[in-house]
Amino acid sequence: MPLLSVEDLHAGYAVGGQMLRAVDGVSFTVNTGETVGLVGESGCGKSSLAKVLMRLVAPSAGRVLFDGTDVAPLKGGPLKSYRRQAQMVFQDPFASLNPRHTVAEILKGPLEVHGLGSRAERAQAAGAALERVGLPRAALSRYPHEFSGGQRQRLGIARALILSPRLVICDEPVSALDLSIQAQILNLLSKMKAELGLSYLFISHDLSVVRYFADRVLVMYLGRIVETGSWQEIFSRPLHPYTRALMEAVPTPGRRRHAAPLSGDLPSARNVPAGCRFHPRCPLATPLCTEADPVLRPAGDGQQVACHHAPTGAPH
Amino acid sequence: MSALLDVRGLSIAFPKATPVRDVSLTVEAGETVALVGESGSGKSLTALALLRLLPERARIASGEVLFGGRDLARLGDRELRDVRGRDIAMVFQEPMTALNPVLSVGDQIAEVVRLHQGLSRGAARARAVELLDLVRIPEPQRRVAEYPHELSGGMRQRVMIAIAVACSPRLLIADEPTTALDVTIQAQVLDLLDALRRDLSMGLLLITHDLGVVAEWADRVAVMYAGRKVEEAPFEVLFATPLHPYTRGLLAASPRLEAGQHCSVGPLNEIRGSIASAAGEKGCAFAPRCPLARAACRIAVPDLVSIAPGRLSACPVTTAAPVSEACHAAPVG
Repeated sequence: MPLLSVEDLHAGYAVGGQMLRAVDGVSFTVNTGETVGLVGESGCGKSSLAKVLMRLVAPSAGRVLFDGTDVAPLKGGPLKSYRRQAQMVFQDPFASLNPRHTVAEILKGPLEVHGLGSRAERAQAAGAALERVGLPRAALSRYPHEFSGGQRQRLGIARALILSPRLVICDEPVSALDLSIQAQILNLLSKMKAELGLSYLFISHDLSVVRYFADRVLVMYLGRIVETGSWQEIFSRPLHPYTRALMEAVPTPGRRRHAAPLSGDLPSARNVPAGCRFHPRCPLATPLCTEADPVLRPAGDGQQVACHHAPTGAPH
Repeated sequence: MSALLDVRGLSIAFPKATPVRDVSLTVEAGETVALVGESGSGKSLTALALLRLLPERARIASGEVLFGGRDLARLGDRELRDVRGRDIAMVFQEPMTALNPVLSVGDQIAEVVRLHQGLSRGAARARAVELLDLVRIPEPQRRVAEYPHELSGGMRQRVMIAIAVACSPRLLIADEPTTALDVTIQAQVLDLLDALRRDLSMGLLLITHDLGVVAEWADRVAVMYAGRKVEEAPFEVLFATPLHPYTRGLLAASPRLEAGQHCSVGPLNEIRGSIASAAGEKGCAFAPRCPLARAACRIAVPDLVSIAPGRLSACPVTTAAPVSEACHAAPVG
């Protein structure tokens, strides 16, 4: 049984009397010990999806099963227990740490909320959590502003891990960091996963990072998953024209000044195109694409693609 | 023949710090030069200093900014105002904060051409429509009357570029022009900047932290670390045989789309510590993070040494050793 199972999930916001369908029929699973990468551009719904999974936003339809249990009706103790097991690491380590709290208070906070351990045990756990992410115990009495961006992200990771969660949702965890620090944080996340047997939902707009870090990849466009597969499949044989365009758009050493691969802007989720939602920007679009909304269909081992024109035969 | 822009020994000082030291840089007409570095490297301050747009407390402590035979660092305010926007234009990272929210985009473009070219109101409006078309904004007739909040991030950056190229500048300085944009939009904007560079024979100084952008779009690259230029090379040389341990570390630490690396196989090469480790360092600012640092590196700042034409590096350790040996010593991905 997968650790997390998302079934036909919908979520949206009412904006100016209109419904903005941020998450529009998304299904996927995260298995124990697996890193699932979620790729997409701004407005594709990836952060809304994270909020629904954390029960910060209520879904309008569909189910989120954690360890086989639907999380939507959870209240009180069971809800707390779910939140303890599913934690989050945020993009901006400057905004996600309370500037008035010491590191010790930041790290002990989750333990206090969940009523775990004695005072002495909590202090001990906070010190251990710091050391685990590569910061000295002496940092416990300091404030977030005394740390660099990379160190703050280490604090954010320590805070997420202090409750011994099973699933960690990482929402753009390295996007705000300098390149020389990104590798440190990715290596730390990788080490934590191995040591603690974590599962990650790893949300990122950066394909190079997802290619390195994810076991399985979901590509999201305007509230839908348009392609999914193992990292090897997605990066060696991208089938959806959007996935291909994303990859071609990544500047790559050794390829000089190609023509811009995709024209047009991202449409708004307030005004989703009819038929295939990618058709206004798609180089392969035909009249069929303006009418029929393609569903995910199998294309090879575990790969699935939602495109009328993508080849779905077995790879040769 | 002298370069279009010739920066010599530029240092920028705040009352209690000197975040940019002794930076020299040239840009030729029609050339794209990338100035690369992470936060705290001084790359953006360097860019701002070229047009004397530094924050209030900062000043150019020494050095020259030679452009068209004049030193912009010492030019009078009036003359400098003529240069800004006409001969040298600038595009910033965040178009939403750089554009005026209460003026239509047409008015903002028209302002530049009325000021520098003395066009009438009507002619300036027509020119604004032409410029929107030039930066590939669809329906320019309609868009010209819109306000920044009505446009997407990519469109706003195109408007910024339209304003920048309105007077056909000879040099365009673009400070992280695509950092705030999505990857497919980033490709469109870089493609546009490159086409304009070609069509208008502009020099383009691209300030970026993104090595991928550098590799794909720059002719020459200068790498900055903690306020100094530590390496310079033509782009293909830099990526094939990086010399400075910082450059090598950056290249090795980057996950690549085309490389075979995956976390299940092994960790990424890290650069230990952070740029803050340079604080209080007497010698090479990179020494506290450098796998090759020797005692001498901590005593004096190494000179930027010319190794071949257009090829500079400020690391005596890797410059002295044969390249192959040095490459074995440093982890190169």
